[in-house]
Amino acid sequence: MSGFPILTLMLLVPLAGAVGCLVSGDRGARQIALVATLIDLALGAVLWSGYQIGGPQWQFVEHVPLFAGFSWALGIDGIALLLILLSVFLMPICIGASWEAVTKRVGEYYAAFLLMETLMIGVFAAQDLYLFYIMFEAGLIPMYLIIGIWGGQDRIYASYKFFLYTLLGSVLMLIAMLWMAHEAGTTDIPTLMAYDFAPTAQTWLFLAFFASFAVKMPMWPVHTWLPDAHVQAPTAGSVILAGVLLKMGGYGFIRFSLPMFPEASAQFSGLVFALSMIAVVVTSLIALVQHDMKKLIAYSSVAHMAIVTIGLFAFNVQGLEGAMIVMLSHGLVSGALFLCVGIIYDRLHTREIDRYGGLSINMPRYALFFLLFTMASIGLPGTSGFVGEFLSLGGIYQVSSWVALVCTTGIILGAAYMLYLYRRVAFGEQQHADAAAMTDLTPRELAMVVPLALAVLWMGVYPESFLAPMRADIAALDARVARAKPAGDAKVTPGKPVVHDAAHAQHGAAPEGAH
Amino acid sequence: MDWSQSLRLIAPEETLSLAGLALLLVAAWAGDKAARAISIAAVSVLVAVMALVAPALCNGAMGPETVAFAGQMTADAFASFAKLLIYGSAAVALVVAPSFFERVGAMRAEYPVLILFAAIGTGMMVSAGDFLTLYIGLEMNSLASYVLAAFLRSDDRSAEAGLKYFVLGALASGILLFGISLTYGFTGTTSFAGVHAALGGGLNTGMVFGIVFVLAGIAFKIAAVPFHMWTPDVYEGAPTPVTLFFATAPKVGALGMLMRVAIVAFGSAAGAWQQIVIFAAVASIVIGALGAIGQRNIKRLLAYSSINNVGFILIGLAIATPQGSAAMLTYLAIYVAMTVGSFVVVLMLRDADGNPVEDLADVAGLSRTQPLLAAGMAIVMFSLAGIPPLFGFWGKFVVFQAAVDAGFVPLAAIGIAASVIGAFYYLKVVKVMYFDEPADKVAGERELAHTVLLVGTGLFLSPLGYLLTKWLGGLSGAAALALFHFA
Repeated sequence: MSGFPILTLMLLVPLAGAVGCLVSGDRGARQIALVATLIDLALGAVLWSGYQIGGPQWQFVEHVPLFAGFSWALGIDGIALLLILLSVFLMPICIGASWEAVTKRVGEYYAAFLLMETLMIGVFAAQDLYLFYIMFEAGLIPMYLIIGIWGGQDRIYASYKFFLYTLLGSVLMLIAMLWMAHEAGTTDIPTLMAYDFAPTAQTWLFLAFFASFAVKMPMWPVHTWLPDAHVQAPTAGSVILAGVLLKMGGYGFIRFSLPMFPEASAQFSGLVFALSMIAVVVTSLIALVQHDMKKLIAYSSVAHMAIVTIGLFAFNVQGLEGAMIVMLSHGLVSGALFLCVGIIYDRLHTREIDRYGGLSINMPRYALFFLLFTMASIGLPGTSGFVGEFLSLGGIYQVSSWVALVCTTGIILGAAYMLYLYRRVAFGEQQHADAAAMTDLTPRELAMVVPLALAVLWMGVYPESFLAPMRADIAALDARVARAKPAGDAKVTPGKPVVHDAAHAQHGAAPEGAH
Repeated sequence: MDWSQSLRLIAPEETLSLAGLALLLVAAWAGDKAARAISIAAVSVLVAVMALVAPALCNGAMGPETVAFAGQMTADAFASFAKLLIYGSAAVALVVAPSFFERVGAMRAEYPVLILFAAIGTGMMVSAGDFLTLYIGLEMNSLASYVLAAFLRSDDRSAEAGLKYFVLGALASGILLFGISLTYGFTGTTSFAGVHAALGGGLNTGMVFGIVFVLAGIAFKIAAVPFHMWTPDVYEGAPTPVTLFFATAPKVGALGMLMRVAIVAFGSAAGAWQQIVIFAAVASIVIGALGAIGQRNIKRLLAYSSINNVGFILIGLAIATPQGSAAMLTYLAIYVAMTVGSFVVVLMLRDADGNPVEDLADVAGLSRTQPLLAAGMAIVMFSLAGIPPLFGFWGKFVVFQAAVDAGFVPLAAIGIAASVIGAFYYLKVVKVMYFDEPADKVAGERELAHTVLLVGTGLFLSPLGYLLTKWLGGLSGAAALALFHFA
């Protein structure tokens, strides 16, 4: 490991960009933001290429005891690496998505986004409990401003709801963290991941963390902030919210809840399964009747996140890997879908599905990409969605066939609402003259959707690139939680073993003969 | 203990008293023309006295060599920490005042002198080692404060604030004095060390009444629920620089005094007052937060915010550990910065004619007309709400950390959950400034002193403040150690 603090640099570049955006004019702010996010993307590529698969568990470690009570400790494993890559990949696209759509207070807008990027990378890279909490919570401020200033009609209600919901979820986690640090005598996350808390304490700690991550995730029934926030946020805000912010909940489960409280996780897995099953079915049905495109995709996010939670609490390698891939895939796909909505919203300024129709006639390229992302969202083989959902459901099937059964209906329902959406938007008659007059994708828009499409296909065709970095970490996590693993309901009965010695002696007489 | 040593220990009080008397004479002869010059002199005296006080804190002074006049005064690291905050905020209250008063032609020469006398009294409150010294300090501060609250004679609200403050303050002083006399009656002494020793042998009913009355009297001074009712009216009515002063120096003084009384004098009967403090803490957090929600006047809102903050600080006291006291001091230091920042913004909110703008609706859309001002206010508001990465979070963090470490997990959980209610109205201020359409009431007329103070507090409250955590933690730790170091 070289001594070069690349993670700190990745945090500082967008931060410096944010300051630059605040002091420069509209035009300058756009360029600064684009350059800063592209630099971070390049640094992310360096990070990926420098990451040694099969190397030490924590790489690029930095530790500076800068503060009282906690330290500036950064470091990543494969799981964090992939989520950081997702963040830095989506950010330039977000900047591009707002290039023309945002015209008021441009400097502040891009500053908020760059600040957001710093905090997201910080969340995934933090190796100190309190540093994690600060980064995790701080994201509320820029997101509150993004929704509240640049959002749609009901932006103020949505911004309050977003802020207070997530804050209430998180503060109890802080108390749990304080208790853990007091009990274990350290704030170092890797150390805490190996620390065994007493099972009774684990129950309370798990619930406190659950309050925070379940809201962030979001799980049914605390998901109601998400449709509001999504609908009101500007396009890029939705992309980053769906693409990365929701992943913080899943990351929290995988980094804190499972390794730190394995017994409590097993104890509450029934609750998680129940909530996830309800979420898959209920939110899919809700998505089916939406008239607002963004709301539909927002509800589909809740359903997909439920697939993540069942994968996480399956307590086996398949489930965990599947959950991670669903998170990455959902980050790309839902981000891309929000982008697709944004592209036509910029032209017609409505999210009402009925105002569109027959777009495949006048916007063929758009229809092509929209179809690809729709299919990826459904989980068609060959796209990223399939890999994740298959692994995740395969993992849960080993634990509970009923959960697997109920959650698999989500895929059917997912196909229903997504295809229904696609039919109403892209196929059929061109009923409205203004919608029929819309122009196809501009080069700027193509530059945004093409990388996303390639990434979705790459993850669908050759997922090994994404599975390899985290394989060792998932295995370590699986070994850590193995002691609390709940028994599966499959009741696999081993077949009667063929007694080789006897068979040899009798020269295969009786058993074979019976067939 | 010889006299020279005692006199050396109270050098800050002597300097301030002599300077105050001298400036009073100057004010009498030179009149209001010299008001600005007297202010400047008073500020320099305060800065000089801060330099006098600082060594005790840096050396972590404690023990018998810090006790002056046979236990009447204690000049230890704890007193030094509180005094630095008190004198500092008094100096700020002087710096921001001239432009405010001169506009209404009320910049009188008495203002800096009164602030100086109030600062002496407040300093004595945190240094007191005896109930009588404490009472003298308290009254010295209060008498000056009553006059300051009513300083704008032409303004009805100011007169009302002065009168209200005086009537209720006198009542509270009476309650406190009654508690002190009960304490004296049942322990036979007024010195903190003596009371501590006497209570070590057990507690009787009369003494419990004494403790309750003393705490009730002090609760009035720190504006803790249920003795908080005067705060919104006085904060709203008093001239803004005076409100800034009330929200900082006397608050620090009264909390410092409460800590010393609770930990040193009543420390051996902690069980008797802990539940009172826990109730006051939780009630202050909740009522402070709920009361603020409906407010339209920014100064009233900040008054409720200060009640809310006192609740968080009291959590540090309720657990009665050195870590808790250190956390309180850290919180106090950050609280003073947040209060200064917020009131400086209020002072800077003026319409085109220079009249103060105090209505929340009138600052709508401030971020578009006055970005710097709005950003400063937003930093203070998010900081007060305790949202990381702003420095206000650190104050809450250390308090709750101390509570959890001492085993008060439910108290910490209730307190932090109630802080979400508080977040609502801080967010409302940000919402009004950032999301609403501009009201264009506020004109951008700035004064250098205000801008410098705002930028300074803004930087302190920004994430850069975290770089100070080690230093701040070290100082407050030393101060808390001195507080707990008694016979």
